[in-house]
Amino acid sequence: MKNFGGKVLFLDRSDINTDEIIPAKYLTEITKEALKPYLLEDLKLDGFNPKRDILGKRVIITRENFGCGSSREHAPWALEVNNITAVFAPNFARIFRQNMFNCGMLAAELPKEIIDEIFKKFSNKETDAIIDIKNATLELKAEGEYAKYNFNLTGFDRVLIEAGGWVEYADKKY
Amino acid sequence: MGKTIAEKIFEHHVIDKPFEDVWVLKLDAVFCHEITTPIAITDLMARGKDRVFDSSKIKAVIDHVTPAKDSKTAEQGKILREWARRHNIKDFFDIGRNGVCHALFPEKGFVRPGYTVIMGDSHTCTHGAFGAFAAGVGTTDLEVGILKGVCAFRYPKTIKFELTGKLPEGVFAKDVILFVISQIGVNGATDCVMEFTGNIVDEMSMESRMTLCNMAIEAGATVGICYPDEKTVDYLWQFIKNEYSSKEDALKDFRKWISDKDAKYEKVIKYDLSDLEPKVTYGYKPDLVKNVSEMEGTKIDQVYIGSCTNGRIEDLRIAASILKGKKIANTVRGIVSPATPEIFRMADKEGIIDIFMEAGFCVTNPTCGACLGMSNGVLAEGEVCISTTNRNFNGRMGKGGMVHLASPATAAASAIAGFITNSPLYKGGRK
Ligand code: SF4
Repeated sequence: MKNFGGKVLFLDRSDINTDEIIPAKYLTEITKEALKPYLLEDLKLDGFNPKRDILGKRVIITRENFGCGSSREHAPWALEVNNITAVFAPNFARIFRQNMFNCGMLAAELPKEIIDEIFKKFSNKETDAIIDIKNATLELKAEGEYAKYNFNLTGFDRVLIEAGGWVEYADKKY
Repeated sequence: MGKTIAEKIFEHHVIDKPFEDVWVLKLDAVFCHEITTPIAITDLMARGKDRVFDSSKIKAVIDHVTPAKDSKTAEQGKILREWARRHNIKDFFDIGRNGVCHALFPEKGFVRPGYTVIMGDSHTCTHGAFGAFAAGVGTTDLEVGILKGVCAFRYPKTIKFELTGKLPEGVFAKDVILFVISQIGVNGATDCVMEFTGNIVDEMSMESRMTLCNMAIEAGATVGICYPDEKTVDYLWQFIKNEYSSKEDALKDFRKWISDKDAKYEKVIKYDLSDLEPKVTYGYKPDLVKNVSEMEGTKIDQVYIGSCTNGRIEDLRIAASILKGKKIANTVRGIVSPATPEIFRMADKEGIIDIFMEAGFCVTNPTCGACLGMSNGVLAEGEVCISTTNRNFNGRMGKGGMVHLASPATAAASAIAGFITNSPLYKGGRK
């Protein structure tokens, strides 16, 4: 199982698509590692500077429909090689969400009101996330702020996280 | 309780329900291209699992960047080519026979009503035009599809769209789907099936239905789907005539898939499209849509006609009918990519290629190319393109470029004008 938790990157926009997460021109790369410098290169978000803002972050908290658009699994890979293994949002695009779990990474849904609250309390502070997979909880800590939330990690998603992916599971079973 | 077409397909293909709400389906076809498959192949090799579940059910094409533009894309093609040879995949389409996957595979008769299909490409939803459950997946799902011929899905919720009325002249499937996406938003059908029904869909050609289903993913849908009918049978007849005694027989068999009258829907949305105007996007999301008349005069640098959305013969015919005897503005670069070799040849025989060239277009070989900013028409910073493709995301056609999505008619008319404008085919609808 992967490691989850650490410093949080807040992306305050809905509908961030996979072309923004990793532009198509880098899809010719054959290794995941090669994607590392290009994560979120084309993100349309005022004041966002990928090089500066991604550094040291381990968790993304964002708005609705994260990962929409292209099916490229390069999007989770680009996150993974930057050590970002968990994303929290009110909901995700289907293919992106499945790709995350298929890679043993976490794409967890939290109600919109909770995400709103998190943005209000934490988004302009340096925030640490502690993620407990077993109990499916997210703890957030920042100067003068603390909060703890439960998220849902259902059967199949949990198995993929714990087994480290769908290929091994399916090859044994089918 | 009745069932939707997607539910019927699920029940027919399910082999396991390992968890509540997770259905593992047997696949009828796995489609592959050279961008997302090579990584799946190298990963399978690294795991010591370089196998395929059934070489006759795997179809592969080099389409995104072809001919290769550099060493990296050449390497991707090479990995796919060698894999196809190694596993004796007969339906592998390389240079000379290759075209944009979602135009090529239907044309070869690889999709049938009731089929389950996956591909490592989000616009796989296009094939729902045939009444198939065809979904885009990531590389890991693709790997398992190649290896075991199965894929896991959540049980489908369906949104039914009833599209009725009489489409005004000069308004096309592209305008319809842009309108629908603008109404429900890019997140409006996430994790759902979009079922397209109503007399407007019935009257559409298979090509137009593919345009409609192609953009279902732009509203977040897993699949866009149409009911199979006489047109589906006619389109597929050359491939199925040995399997059925008559077209009526085939139709009867196909119709078993269509949704029951008492099927349960997540939502039913009805639009009367009698007053629909030609549409065009603005901004960087496909749900940011205006009437062409509201964008009239927006200066453009490039016009692109092609792709899995609108690069089929019907699209080229419509564009050519507008371009015939005209020249495109000298401030505009026109690029057309017929989506498959077959379409290219038809267009050539019909004199369409000549019309494009006379008008000043560059005619490229069938490829995705500019659609995803890979080759054959990448934009420079600050440039604007009106395009018949399906994505206007920031950077999609080149860093700093702006893409306005529109129908082939609007694109062709705008090429002549040098700015966004309505096509002469559109007379303002009824009124
Ligand atoms: S034409 Fe564009 S959208 Fe269609 S498969 Fe190719 S790259 Fe994807």
